[in-house]
Amino acid sequence: MPDVLVLVDHDGERVHKSTYELLRAARRLGDPAAVVVGTPGTAARLRDALARHGARRVYAAESTEADEFLGTPAVDALERAVLDLAAEAASPAAVLVSATTAGTEVAGRLAARLDAGLLIDAVDLDPSGVATQIVFGGSCTVRSQVTHGIPVIALRPGSFEPEEHPVEAAELQLTLPPVDPAASARVTARRAAVAGDRPELTEAAVVVSGGRGVGGADGFKVVEELADALGGAVGASRAAVDAGYYPHRYQVGQTGKSVSPQLYIALGISGAIQHLAGMQTSRTIVAVNKDPEAPVLDLADYGVVGDLFAVAPRLTREVAARRSTG
Amino acid sequence: MNIVVLVKQVPDTGAERTLSEADHTLDRESADPVLDEINERAAEEALTLKETVGADVTVVSMGPDSALDAVRKVLAMGADRGIHISDDRLRGADVVTTARVLAAAVRTVDDVDLVLAGDATTDGQAGAVPAAVADLLRLPPLTHARELTVDAGRVRVERETESGETTLDAPLPALVSVTEKINEPRYPSFKGIMAAKKKPVRTVGLDDLFPDADTAGHLVTRTRVVEAVPRPARAAGIRVTDDGSAGRRLAEYLIAQKLV
Repeated sequence: MPDVLVLVDHDGERVHKSTYELLRAARRLGDPAAVVVGTPGTAARLRDALARHGARRVYAAESTEADEFLGTPAVDALERAVLDLAAEAASPAAVLVSATTAGTEVAGRLAARLDAGLLIDAVDLDPSGVATQIVFGGSCTVRSQVTHGIPVIALRPGSFEPEEHPVEAAELQLTLPPVDPAASARVTARRAAVAGDRPELTEAAVVVSGGRGVGGADGFKVVEELADALGGAVGASRAAVDAGYYPHRYQVGQTGKSVSPQLYIALGISGAIQHLAGMQTSRTIVAVNKDPEAPVLDLADYGVVGDLFAVAPRLTREVAARRSTG
Repeated sequence: MNIVVLVKQVPDTGAERTLSEADHTLDRESADPVLDEINERAAEEALTLKETVGADVTVVSMGPDSALDAVRKVLAMGADRGIHISDDRLRGADVVTTARVLAAAVRTVDDVDLVLAGDATTDGQAGAVPAAVADLLRLPPLTHARELTVDAGRVRVERETESGETTLDAPLPALVSVTEKINEPRYPSFKGIMAAKKKPVRTVGLDDLFPDADTAGHLVTRTRVVEAVPRPARAAGIRVTDDGSAGRRLAEYLIAQKLV
């Protein structure tokens, strides 16, 4: 079976869930080969977790400056891995990355360098390499395949369920070229999204979002409490972000993040088409809105016409009670 | 300094969009094209630099004849000149071709210091194009900027994404893509609209940008749509009006659905 290269998302200590999803998708196409880009020692720390999810090879693309430049070390590492495999007449079946902001950029840069076909934000992938994408704000499903070069595919986080598949993983070294500082952006300061114990928006199984109806930054406490009771992430509509209620990086919608959780709860969000585009592939949608005409209620699996400040805290208490007894 | 702004005209997001029956490419005829809002913010940033540090601003747009309107709008906002990339062979261009063509157009401008673009157009390419253009031009990619500072031959941006905030720094020349948080774009004045009509716009095609390539060398897309189907609209499910019990009943629903 050909190798399928998987770019590992990690924080240096821990593999992100989105990578386990990629490894599961990769197994449909061939043998997963995980590419770890980081400072020396990172791959050794992550290898067992990757092997547990089916990675037969773990490439260590490590250098002391790997964390200092945006994207470039990852693009260099994947390009190197592809060229090395091609030189052994063992070209990979595909390169898979997570369709996060950073992953999508890595995918675009790699495809441009390799003159290869690129499929962005795929939600499914079949063994023949045909990827499913949902386009035009969720109104159309498109199945596409790459016809030229090694397929570079960015998978939407949440599209695959991680599955343990323990194998033996061989660790291989991948030499990174020195980064050209004139062609790279240096990261000079980093302030991680402080979300406490909350999962990442695009990775969460549950997302609770607030809109203009939340009324202010203080009102988001109600949204956060429900998210915490459900172990979910917090999102916000563009209207709420524009009004300054919540930071931009939590924005769900066409110009923010697309999310696809098991459960999406929209609180005080009317449901502009741009917002619906970013969440309507969620498995189950719940909406609470005062306005019975709110468009979001037309696609909610469970819609409540009512005051979110009455409904959400009550739901939070019920969920918390259920969690503590169950 | 010399700034190139990449703009893309996209169908109005408020309008319904369809895939063309014939070849599954976006049916751009069926929706009103507008200058993508994020591009206007990239243009605004270029014009702000023009006013503060002095710059010559070239606006580049690739697309059918209507893309010329996008060029004219940025000229009306205050850009100095335009390049309209128009070639029937570019219909259905993928990310890689789009990036190559844009990179080639940037190369036709002398001594470029800064390339500015929107961080994602709303019609589907999800932000990969600016990073790919930067890579092809071997420029530092400072993407998703919500704040941009140019000083002493360097550019610094505050980048904001779902994984947090970072400060990026690079020497010029560089490419910066901007988020919708970066500024509020100006409206073209009447005077600007009139002046734009006299500003130079160069129309170029593939043969101008790639004089050495043979026609067969112009690969337009590296992907193929095998199937495109409209998704059934999501139907509304249960609807209740809160009488004080909705929170509890909603919890029961979630428990029954094994979501809690």
